[in-house]
Amino acid sequence: MSIIAALSGPDRVRARFLEQVPAVDFCSLRLVEERTELLTVRNDVVEPVGEQIDAGAMITVVHGGGLGYAATSDLSSSGLRAAIERARSWAERTAARSVFDFRQVPMAHPRGEHHTLVEQPWEGLSLADKLDLLRVEVAAMTGSRPGSGQPGDDRIVERSASLLRVCSESLYLTSGGGEVQQRLDMLAPDAMVIAHAAGVTQRRSAGSRGMSRQGGLEVLAQVGFSGIGAHLRAQALELLAAPDCPTGRLDLLLAPDQMMIQIHESIGHPLELDRILGDERNYAGTSFVTPDMFGSYRYGSELLDVTFDPSVPGEFASYGFDDDGTVARREHLIRGGILQRPLGGSTSQARAGMAGVANSRACSWNRPPIDRMANLNVEPGSASLDELVQRVEDGVYMETNASWSIDDSRNKFQFGCERGRRIRNGALAEVVRNPNYRGVSATFWRSLVGVGSAATRQVLGTPYCGKGEPNQVIRVGHAAPACLFQGVDIFGGAA
Amino acid sequence: MSRAQAHFEALASWLQDRLQPREDFLLHLQGEESDFVRFNQGRVRQPGTVHQDLLSLRLIQGARHASVDLMLTGQDAADRSPLNAALVRLRERLRELPEDPHLLWQSAGESTTFVAPGAPADGQEITDAVLELAAQDGGVDLVGILVNGEVHAGFASSRGQRCWDSRHSWLLDWCLYQQGDKAVKSTLGGTTWDRAVLAARMEQARSRLPVLAQPPRRLTPGRYRAFLAPAAMGELMDLLGWGAFSQRSQEARNTPLMRMLTQGEVLDPRVTLAEDVGSGLAPGFSPEGFTRPEHVTLIDQGRLVGSLVSPRSSREYGLPHNGAGADESPTSLTMDAGELATDQVLAELGTGLYISNLWYLNFSDRPAGRITGMTRFATTWVEDGQVVAPTEVMRFDETVFHLLGHGLQALTREVELLPGTGTYERRSTTSSRLPGALVDGMRFTL
Repeated sequence: MSIIAALSGPDRVRARFLEQVPAVDFCSLRLVEERTELLTVRNDVVEPVGEQIDAGAMITVVHGGGLGYAATSDLSSSGLRAAIERARSWAERTAARSVFDFRQVPMAHPRGEHHTLVEQPWEGLSLADKLDLLRVEVAAMTGSRPGSGQPGDDRIVERSASLLRVCSESLYLTSGGGEVQQRLDMLAPDAMVIAHAAGVTQRRSAGSRGMSRQGGLEVLAQVGFSGIGAHLRAQALELLAAPDCPTGRLDLLLAPDQMMIQIHESIGHPLELDRILGDERNYAGTSFVTPDMFGSYRYGSELLDVTFDPSVPGEFASYGFDDDGTVARREHLIRGGILQRPLGGSTSQARAGMAGVANSRACSWNRPPIDRMANLNVEPGSASLDELVQRVEDGVYMETNASWSIDDSRNKFQFGCERGRRIRNGALAEVVRNPNYRGVSATFWRSLVGVGSAATRQVLGTPYCGKGEPNQVIRVGHAAPACLFQGVDIFGGAA
Repeated sequence: MSRAQAHFEALASWLQDRLQPREDFLLHLQGEESDFVRFNQGRVRQPGTVHQDLLSLRLIQGARHASVDLMLTGQDAADRSPLNAALVRLRERLRELPEDPHLLWQSAGESTTFVAPGAPADGQEITDAVLELAAQDGGVDLVGILVNGEVHAGFASSRGQRCWDSRHSWLLDWCLYQQGDKAVKSTLGGTTWDRAVLAARMEQARSRLPVLAQPPRRLTPGRYRAFLAPAAMGELMDLLGWGAFSQRSQEARNTPLMRMLTQGEVLDPRVTLAEDVGSGLAPGFSPEGFTRPEHVTLIDQGRLVGSLVSPRSSREYGLPHNGAGADESPTSLTMDAGELATDQVLAELGTGLYISNLWYLNFSDRPAGRITGMTRFATTWVEDGQVVAPTEVMRFDETVFHLLGHGLQALTREVELLPGTGTYERRSTTSSRLPGALVDGMRFTL
């Protein structure tokens, strides 16, 4: 079932576009069809099953120094013609009043294709069998065996598990003969349990789809989905009885599933070049990073190496070309703690006169590309998890993000996690609940004193990064090892 | 009847003819024809137009059901083929699905039609006006977005119910920047474009810029007297909307108002909150075809008295529903006004923080109702009722039971309409009407 196929396929859309390309400096068509399916079992009940087939095309015109776009779900000849005219009208009408002369952007005319490697196709398992996978995990959250008829633990008040599957196919055509086809297959599993007793509520989860990856059903084995229900149940109940996280200036060891948000908010967003150029000041915010910092600014300790890497197999935001047609490749953003280059696509690079990366991305056909994170990773070091723990005299190990907040310059942050463990005299000790910490991006990464080895690294991702006007929520990947920070402001829940 | 409505009706009729015995369908349409124009530095950054119509088809066989959402082309012949494929696909899927004990849908609902009079404004004309006003008097650093055009929603069922809601509006959400991260943020919109109204609001925003040129005041962490302007209250309410009033969250003991449920905690008796669809901008019908009640009181004089109950929660918990969406979040939240005149706010604040806007709120301890977030934009330090200087951004970490409970000093007499500016996937139709709040001893931590 494909809308584009129903309209005689991409070949017809290609022909319609090429027949109608106007006499302008540049014109492109970005055709996207994204098929999404969400399966959820909650408290042993199958939630409404739904599929979405979202298809449409974005026309972009650059002419006379102006840029305009028009997006339409009408892929007929007349629909594309109207979109081309509207995009051209916007470009012409705003040409003399644009923030930048877009003729100076070197528009790419790439040719190529890219697709996700899939070992076990989503369609290879029946709907009923996929729901059974979820039922088993949700049943295990009660502590009773499926079909046993035994009552579950009444402290467990909410349970769910779900699979979000996305297949995104795109065709990018330019007036200069560029043509790129890409197909991305993704799976975002999730699971969550809430426990409550004696006025205390604790939630334990897979990190709100923090295990998202590219691939087929093989992703479930890669992220250890089987058995997750019993694991989350045990830890939620353990948290109910745990003491609150202590308050103090302590060492902080972060698991990869908390490193994900730490990287995202306090490295990724501040390095976005469109924020630095001011585009986002009305909504997502600005940045404490300024253009003069690149090449010399000490962002973190010498242990900090950060890469933009859309080539990691299976990572959630891997791709071959960005949505302006730039070939994607790995780049160091921070090397040895020194800031190297921003997250800026071809347009931002031209505006700022700086080298960037291939990160001009749109969340769908109906939004224009802007500077986004894709896969943004902290490179592994050499320490095992045991070695990192052994270095801590007095600290806390935190897992799985629960709360996130950061200022509009991406400096003052506060994060909370679902689970903590005290570390005393080089050894893991008791579990603590409601662990939180706060800090300032500009100094926090300089307190990095230990980076875990590749054995501690996890490849993670999330479908939920919001930014842009009009708003866009986009997929990002973050791979990171466990990391140790010295002297962090740590605290617990409300008294 | 508009072309979009006629197309929707035609697809519903076409689908009706293809139903098999013991089948029902629900159709829900969300569509728009919107201009989006981004501005930066008083110039245009990204102008464009988006046309989209997302149709959701839910097929029901007894207690079994499933849905497929399709993006429509707007042409009858072209849209029938994928719609027919969706119907076939859904029949296949229903054979694999169990009965849903929580299914509740409208089988005998009322048909309604609301079509706003007039036509959408010309987005390019508004763009021209914004650029001209920004360029006056040597120019100003304007950044923001113009959203303009028509938004429509439709519902149709195999039982003959038909609902249609079509509105058009323009909304400019913008900042005038003075220096660094210091700016005056404004929002203005309506159904009829009036350049003079925008010019007045632009001038009003400009008049607030000079004080932001002062060196920002750096505050040490501690407790401060603070005034939360209606826009800041809007941020607070947006966060509370994430579970505080949801029946499902309350049942799961995961609501930030849990202490009101289990420990008898109350807010200040001047706090009354309601979901007031009658005064909001959202369609009066739900995706399941239910008509939303005009008014649902959630907190009455400080006491939790109501919740937003979706049809699914209704079946699950045995309660009457009130047409809430699946997320059970408010769409049209209102808070009763207080007695503090807006022109007396600075005098009553005395010495403390005037918080124009908050930013990036989240729960630092959700079951305890504790919230953290940042000050933003034109937050200023006030001494003896006089605005002295902007402040460096500050992080607060405070419970809702202090902000709207024992720390609440006053609510403003004037209530401000805050139209939803969100455009994730499509233009938001949410809104809120909120007063400002004077709070004593608000805790700042960083």
